[in-house]
Parts: sequence; structure tokens; C-alpha cells
Amino acid sequence: MPKMTLSHFEAAMLFSLCTSVVMGVVTKRTDRERLQYGVYIFACFVVALFGIGWLMYLGHG
Amino acid sequence: MAKAIAKDTEEKPVTPPLATWAPAVALGWLIPGGGHFLLKRTGRGILLLAAVTVMFLSGLMMRGAMFHPQNGDLLTVLINWGGFLGDVCGGIFYLLSVWLGYNQPDVAGHVHDYGTKFLVAAGLLNLLAVVDAFEIAAGRKD
Repeated sequence: MPKMTLSHFEAAMLFSLCTSVVMGVVTKRTDRERLQYGVYIFACFVVALFGIGWLMYLGHG
Repeated sequence: MAKAIAKDTEEKPVTPPLATWAPAVALGWLIPGGGHFLLKRTGRGILLLAAVTVMFLSGLMMRGAMFHPQNGDLLTVLINWGGFLGDVCGGIFYLLSVWLGYNQPDVAGHVHDYGTKFLVAAGLLNLLAVVDAFEIAAGRKD
């Protein structure tokens, strides 16, 4: 099994992508709603990722 | 009285017979998206299979550790039993990696740590897929 080394950012983006796909597939009732919800969840993950990242950066001074 | 009884029966969802949902749930646990394939939701099944597979394989390639049931104080029990159940929810991926001797010790480092979380998260995503398969099989959603 090859070894994979990801940065925090890459790992968080990969996590967000896989989770958004599953959340989108299992939550809504039509394909259009599923796609919209998946994109929305992914966008929320990315916003949280950058937001919390900046908070931690500013918190460190 | 009659209204109260009618309200009671409306509020409690009737559990469908075991035979209608058990195969989809069992296959869904064993093979991510398998329940959806069985229920002829191929597109959704492929997406679930891809997402759970990518997450589990990434966890393995990051050399994440599998949780083992452990007793002790409350936090230890919660973390280790919860993590173990999350890992087991990975279905065939968990079984194969254990049978093939994957036994990564828990070591320090952010990559290993992400790997451990990816392995558990893959199982939890598969659990969501299994619940979805149950709802489809039970006729509660399309």
C-alpha cells in the first residue's frame, strides 16, 4: 500500500469532498436537490476551513 | 379517545417486515452503496461507493490506526468503543484490512492522525448510506 502524505489543507479538502458527496446523496429527495445540497455542504466546509484557519492564525498573534 | 388513538397510530411509523429491508441493509454494510445497488439506485450507489472507498483508502495510505475496544475511564471507553464501531461500519474494507494483517500502531503526527479519523469517518459515512438504504427499502423515500 503506497504511503500518502497530505497537508492539513489537502486532508481537510478531501474529507469535505467525500462527506459532501455522501450527505448530498442521502439527505434529499430529488437529484437536483441532492446536487444543490452537496455543493452547499462543501461550500460550508470550505468557508469553515478558511474561517477557523484565520481565527487560529489571528489567535496566535 | 378515538382521535387520540388515531393520532398515536399516525405518529408511530410502522416498522416494515424484516425481509423487505434486511438484505439491503446487510449488503449496504458489507459493500458501501451495495444496498442502493440492490434497490436499483445505481447512480447513488456508485457515488456512495466512490466516496467511502476514497476515504477509507486515503486513511489506509495515511497509515491511520484502527481502534480496538478498550475499557477504563469513561472517555477511554467512549473513544475506543466509538472508534471501533466506526471502523467496523466500514464493512468489507475493514474486514479485508484486518484479515490481511493491517495493524498500524497509533503514532504521533498529523498525517497518521488524519488517517485514523478518515478510517472512522469512512465507516460513519457508510452508516449513513445504510440508513438511507433502509429508508428506501422501507418505502419511506424514493
